[in-house]
Amino acid sequence: MTDALLYGLAACGLIGLGLYGLIANPAPLRKILAFNIMGGGVFLFAGAIARRGAGAGFGGDPVPQALLITGIVVAFSATALAVALVLRLNAVAGDTSLAEPPPADDD
Amino acid sequence: MTAVAMTTPHGWLLVAAVLLPFIGMMVGLVAGGRHAARVAAVAIIAGLAIAAATLHAVLDAPQVYVLGGWAPPLGVALRADGLAAAMMAVVAVVIAGIGLYARRDSATPPGVAEARAPLAFWLLLLAVWGSLNLVFVSGDLFTLYVGLELLTFAGVPLVCLDGRGETLRAALRYLLFALLGSLLYLLGVVLIYGAYATLDIAMLAQVVRPGVLTWTVLALMTVGLLAKTALFPLHIWLPPAHAGAPAAASAVLSALVVKGSWFLVVRLWFDAMPAVVTFDAAQLLGGLGAVAIVFGSIVALRQKRLKLLVAYSTIAQIGYLFLMFPLAFDVATGAMLHGGALTGGLLQAASHATAKAGMFMAAGLIYAALGHDRIADLGGVARALPVTVLAFALAGLALMGVLPSGAYLAKKLLLGAAESGGQWWWTIVLQGGAAFTAGYVVLVLTRAMRAPPAPLQLVTKLSRISEFSALALALLSLLLGVAAVVPAAGLPAGLISNPFAPKELLPTLLVVAGGFALAAALARRPLCGDGPWRRLTAAAGTSFENADALLRRWPTASLALITLAAAFGWLLHTGNPA
Repeated sequence: MTDALLYGLAACGLIGLGLYGLIANPAPLRKILAFNIMGGGVFLFAGAIARRGAGAGFGGDPVPQALLITGIVVAFSATALAVALVLRLNAVAGDTSLAEPPPADDD
Repeated sequence: MTAVAMTTPHGWLLVAAVLLPFIGMMVGLVAGGRHAARVAAVAIIAGLAIAAATLHAVLDAPQVYVLGGWAPPLGVALRADGLAAAMMAVVAVVIAGIGLYARRDSATPPGVAEARAPLAFWLLLLAVWGSLNLVFVSGDLFTLYVGLELLTFAGVPLVCLDGRGETLRAALRYLLFALLGSLLYLLGVVLIYGAYATLDIAMLAQVVRPGVLTWTVLALMTVGLLAKTALFPLHIWLPPAHAGAPAAASAVLSALVVKGSWFLVVRLWFDAMPAVVTFDAAQLLGGLGAVAIVFGSIVALRQKRLKLLVAYSTIAQIGYLFLMFPLAFDVATGAMLHGGALTGGLLQAASHATAKAGMFMAAGLIYAALGHDRIADLGGVARALPVTVLAFALAGLALMGVLPSGAYLAKKLLLGAAESGGQWWWTIVLQGGAAFTAGYVVLVLTRAMRAPPAPLQLVTKLSRISEFSALALALLSLLLGVAAVVPAAGLPAGLISNPFAPKELLPTLLVVAGGFALAAALARRPLCGDGPWRRLTAAAGTSFENADALLRRWPTASLALITLAAAFGWLLHTGNPA
């Protein structure tokens, strides 16, 4: 088993775990964590692809490495924005449930 | 898109179009307070000029800018074809209209140096604009991803500008669901790089071949983008996002932000992987659009609040944007073709952007003037706010596709494509869809024209500029069909005919009559007469509402997302390419 294949399989595992967490966990903070796990899987996948495309004296193809670094910056900003929203929601509403309140019946 | 790897003479316009709004945003942030609106005004005027210059340059030849002189696949190229330039122009015009509307709505209150919501609004307006321009001119899939994420980050805070708990909740739902979509897209990007070692769209189009990997990639990326576009059944975030957002923010979200991810689907299907698409997959995408039209319109009729009615109408209109995909599929070559159907889809996007922005503004003005937007209590509004209600009515007519609106022209082009492609079943959707649109427009207008039970008390006096900017956008959409007579638009002749000829008048009358029947049957309160039949139709309406509530629960929506990804993958795999 090559190291690229090993990383690729680990990436698949992380993506699956993260996807499950994003769907099944009702709490927003857990969804944010799941998003990061899934994102970690995608970045690891990019790393595996970089490793597989290594050549000309490089340890890896630099383009996927550049992609994954940019991707990490984007995921970090997304996480910061989401956590800020959760904190604000907790301060304003006292809970962080994502469920919609039942519509007011003023009919 | 051709694989030109050289900067063209006017290529710098593309860089300017992306950078200018972001520079404006940063200057506005530093200047702060009242200055943010002024900076935005300057940026909007300059941006309109850049968009016009780009459109003019692209009419001669597609423009390219190679960033830093590094040619793809190692470097990144910005490209503007006719599609991109047209979208840039539409967005610039709509942003200008929204900017005019919000001049008073989002002004810093007197006596205060700086208020959070107005400052945030102007900065985010520019950020949305810059991100959209980046999405339009990006020449590679990863830059598109960055543009898409910037668009989401700029769009999400617009939902919760007023900072109330329910709007924060709606913003968080939107962000998390959009992030799920973007990870699926990013996974597709990484997979495609692994297989083809390039992300440049023009280069990909030449090397990409159907196979398990490309099917998976296209399916993952498409559903990821559909989640961000809020195409039925992935519209989980859209209605609550609009419920509490200010009208100007709603106009930005509904008219512009969802177009960004829609445009990306267009780029993927038409430019990056036109030969990977199969007949069946295109039918599924169009089918989702058709269901969105019926479902969104019926749930719109069941709403109590005008703002939410317009939000559900957006879900229906998003459906229209996807009808062109099956019609653009060429059975002979087994690929997506640039042609009449794509032009029609683009026109639909342009007319929806202008009309929907105008409609949200009109709804916002009605809310501001009355202090509420309960549809049942709109009586007398037409007399009190004639300009605003006229703007709403004209926007409604434009969405219905009445001559000479852009939507009419789009319908003609799509009908032509349906006929030449032998896909007669889309003719039914295209002709019948207008009746569903007419339903909620008729409902609002009949309520607005009724006599009020008591003399109407207006809470505030409306700004004339706001009223007329809503009217101008609605009128623009209604007159967009005139583009058919501009030779530069390159449209076939004979699309526009006399509106009062029986051939044109009869369908229009049928559409309005159908809309009236739908509104009478499904509106929350009886429109004209009540009877035992109403009990049946109202029950049907309630079941649509319940289905909507179920679909908008998180687990249902995410399972729908995964099911759709699997379905697209399967149809791309087994689909009939012949």
